Amino acid sequence: MSRQEQAAASDPFWLDPGKRAIAYQVGVLCMVGLLAYYLVSNTLTNLEKQNIASGFGFMQKEASFEIGESLIPYSAADSYGRALLVGALNTLKVSFIGIILTTLLGTIIGIARLSSNWLVSRMAALYIEVMQDVPVLLQLFFWYAIFYETLPSPRQALNPFSGVFLTNRGVAMAVPAAHPCHKYMLAAFITACVLAYLLRRWARKRQEATGRYFPVVPVSVAAIIGLPLAVWFIFGAPLEMDVPRLQGFNFKGGITLSPEFIALLLGLVLYTAAFVAEVVRAGIQSVSKGQTEAAMAIGLKPGQVLNLVILPQALRVIIPPLTSQMLNLTKNSSLAVAIGFPDFVSVANTTINQTGQSIEGVALIMAVYLIFSLSTSAFMNWYNKKVKLVER
Amino acid sequence: MASAEVHDKIEDLKPPVIQVGVIGWIRSNLFNGWLNSLLTLVTLYILIKTVPPFIRWAFLDAAWNTSGQACRASQGACWSVVTKNLRFIIFGFYPYHLHWRPLLAMIMLFVLLFLSRERTNWKPWLFYSWLVGLAAMGLLMRGGLLGLEPVESSQWGGLPLTLLLSVFGLAAAYPLGVVLALGRRSRMPAIRYLCVVYIELIRGVPLISLLFMASIIFPLFLPEGLTINKILRAQVAIILFTAAYIAEVVRGGLQAMPKGQYEAAESLGLNYYQTMRLVILPQALKIVIPPTVSILISAFKDTSLVVIIALFDVLKTTQSVLSNPEWMGFSREAYIFLALLYFLGCFSMSNYSRKLEKELSAGEL
Amino acid sequence: MKLAKLLIVMVAVLALASVSMAGTLDDVRAKGYLRAGVNGSVFGFSMPDKKGVWKGLDVDTAKAVAAAVFGDANKVKFVPLTAVQRLPALQSGEIDVLCRNTTQTLTRETKNGLNFVHVNYYDGQGFLVPKKLGIKSAKELDGATVCVLPGTTTEMNAADYFRSHGMKWKPVVIENTAELNKAFFAGRCDCLTSDASQLAAQRSVAPNPKDYVLLPEIISKEPLAPVVRHGDDQWYDIVNWTVMALIEAEELGITSKNVDKMLKSKNPQIQRFLGVTPGMGKALGLDDKWAYNIIKQVGNYGEIFERNVGVNTPLGLERGLNALWTKGGLMYAAPFR
Repeated sequence: MSRQEQAAASDPFWLDPGKRAIAYQVGVLCMVGLLAYYLVSNTLTNLEKQNIASGFGFMQKEASFEIGESLIPYSAADSYGRALLVGALNTLKVSFIGIILTTLLGTIIGIARLSSNWLVSRMAALYIEVMQDVPVLLQLFFWYAIFYETLPSPRQALNPFSGVFLTNRGVAMAVPAAHPCHKYMLAAFITACVLAYLLRRWARKRQEATGRYFPVVPVSVAAIIGLPLAVWFIFGAPLEMDVPRLQGFNFKGGITLSPEFIALLLGLVLYTAAFVAEVVRAGIQSVSKGQTEAAMAIGLKPGQVLNLVILPQALRVIIPPLTSQMLNLTKNSSLAVAIGFPDFVSVANTTINQTGQSIEGVALIMAVYLIFSLSTSAFMNWYNKKVKLVER
Repeated sequence: MASAEVHDKIEDLKPPVIQVGVIGWIRSNLFNGWLNSLLTLVTLYILIKTVPPFIRWAFLDAAWNTSGQACRASQGACWSVVTKNLRFIIFGFYPYHLHWRPLLAMIMLFVLLFLSRERTNWKPWLFYSWLVGLAAMGLLMRGGLLGLEPVESSQWGGLPLTLLLSVFGLAAAYPLGVVLALGRRSRMPAIRYLCVVYIELIRGVPLISLLFMASIIFPLFLPEGLTINKILRAQVAIILFTAAYIAEVVRGGLQAMPKGQYEAAESLGLNYYQTMRLVILPQALKIVIPPTVSILISAFKDTSLVVIIALFDVLKTTQSVLSNPEWMGFSREAYIFLALLYFLGCFSMSNYSRKLEKELSAGEL
Repeated sequence: MKLAKLLIVMVAVLALASVSMAGTLDDVRAKGYLRAGVNGSVFGFSMPDKKGVWKGLDVDTAKAVAAAVFGDANKVKFVPLTAVQRLPALQSGEIDVLCRNTTQTLTRETKNGLNFVHVNYYDGQGFLVPKKLGIKSAKELDGATVCVLPGTTTEMNAADYFRSHGMKWKPVVIENTAELNKAFFAGRCDCLTSDASQLAAQRSVAPNPKDYVLLPEIISKEPLAPVVRHGDDQWYDIVNWTVMALIEAEELGITSKNVDKMLKSKNPQIQRFLGVTPGMGKALGLDDKWAYNIIKQVGNYGEIFERNVGVNTPLGLERGLNALWTKGGLMYAAPFR
């Protein structure tokens, strides 16, 4: 001990690991700082010299460009800030729907890949291999081109089912005509969801306490479907539909999904589902066969085996990679700009172009995606912690 | 002895015909249970409905080498859009009479990749031939020496550009990723936090925002008059992006290393670099080969994003062919051809990773 | 270790980057060529032909600048740029001049730190529609789906036009001109809106040009001019007077064919212009033969116009506003003295 101290005292400082570490860190920090200073000062001089405006003052100015589809009311007279909000909401819309569809499709394909049916499992394997190996941007272009090159113009719309029209302007669909009962149905649906959640907690508590089993799933499903239906009947079961009609250039009425939106959604979902399928497969395979056998041996029904034994364990393996796939999907939705869907990147791009303030524009893009990513991963981390194995 | 005689007399009983052979296989793999039978039938029905028309469209009725007008008249696929424009799709704006140069460069690349497949070839000579090969490829593309006509990088395009972005992107991102992963595991807080911030920041944003940054903002960061080639800027963006993902994969490998390995190395008196280089990294990098390859595959696919900043990679050249009025409307065929190209690239990479994984795990036993 | 690596990288980057500190003219001279930003997918203005040779009115304008600076019209490297890239590319110095059908506006000259030189094409925004829609006027476009390039003055003009006429519309915005046209010709939109000259160009390359008509309404003024950076007056002068020289030559009747003969002309204006009487070139910091080189190698404005977009080309555009002022147009060069 004393010898070491002696050595430390007499050694020059660069032989002392502690001091060396500090020197390294100071060096690296200085370098990073210098680099940052260099870049920032260059940028400032450039901006000043060329008289380029800076700052986010443009957000309040009138955007004076139109946006094709929007979840909130928007017109060219609104501000850039609102235009960007429209873009952000469109990104959220496509990501949200995309994530749900991807999870569904990916799970189905992942299970199909494990199917004992040779044909089904081969087809799933083929799907996974092909979709994973073709760039998603190429897939987007492909679907978009298919859409406007093969489908007819609105006047010769394809009509595969009544109320659905396929044209190169998108898919027009009939929706139930607006009726006051829809509000109440929504309320009923939310109530049913809350009830189902409470029921599940109660059933689990009772099962833990008394061992008696309560069929939560069928009851919840019945409530979630039944309650809104009941409301619907109370209002006299209004059946009127808002059917799209050809009027002027395009279909009016119903809802129309634009080719850009559909191509984007299709491309993202088909591509990401292949990765999700692999995740799901790995998750299910990670639960050893003995678990199933043991669960059956203690007399659980197949549904219960899945619900109580396999899923809780498989999910633990599935969730982290699934999260990163969802984030990938969200990030890939930025490719919308290539096929003209007005997502955030697309709107920001137009803004950059009109205001000439590229630094602010790209900074906004990065900030928005960072917020999406960080909040998704925060939520997923929370969920992951919840389903984590509590070890003794 | 007696039992043996008895055995001789009884003929070997063959299993029932429905349990072995083709029929048995079909029964146990396709029709075991009503659900599977139903699935099989449905799948078969879909296949019958889709595959023959597709074959008809893609092969029997297809036009292989005709003009655009002739294509419009035919019912099948118009592969002429690819065959007639192949040289433009592959080489872009590279001067027409010099196409042999990028072609030769690509052949060299493939030969080198092929040689690198076998682990027995992983020796110094391979490393040197890569160095020489890359230099030769650069010379071939750029020209200007040995009597080769110089070709500006703004004229590079098509498949050579895609390969250039991928090969250099992967080659540079890998070491950078390893350094970042080590930084993230470092005991020095300043370095650790820098690496964490970098990795999380890059992984949180889409590649396209980095490409935008490289193409429209980065020039403003530089002092006036200093400009960097557009391709190089995109290349740097791809490298920075890929490195963050590789770093995370490598970190996984580092974390999986048992503590005993570090302790053993330290007790041998190895310093940090020796520990890492001789003990930790060789093992850690080996166990993360499969995820690394999948990162490399996605980096290869992601090079297609440079289309958005108007670099003429193979996707962009295809699109400009498709905007030619003679070939308008044949996007399907052209995109299928491209998909096939990318598929071949990615599939051979993933296949190789499987092979390597098998070899490495065999060596372990 | 890390430090060494970083240093190597920095050295490599610096080696690959081209450094230049002086004014644009010196910088261009040192490089030995001019870098011009162009659109790249507008037939008649700037588009590579099948062999990758650049052709078009904007391309010729850039070539004229090269002829003025180097006496060699071929010392130009063309950089195809998207709408969003064009201004940053110029601001950052990636290109020396932007000849990419860019409209002169107040914002661009002030907030974006750019200067527009003399206009090389007067344009206005119009609408292209398929004939089979049976539309005669832009006022019938209520409810139409319109293909438009995002972030351009075109997009804002269209928004203004529909708003002021109380009409609804649905924009389809794809940043890539070629992709946008493809979508329009495939029927994704009812109507394509852009500068009238560009619409003529797009129509001329359509699968069936006769199936499309230009609507009579021209809804905006679009003075298209080459652009340079703020703050380099010498370079501004060179590009500005190059465009003027093209116009002046047409007015003086000097063409690429007769320019050698014109050298012997007794007209003092022509003598000054072609550098027989020295002084004009020096004033710009160029060779006195600069205008001669431009006309000899590229031609005058009329020649350029007729060669690329005139009535005998697939675009078939009339001179219209782009005729000389003496012939009822707006092309008017300041005096060369």
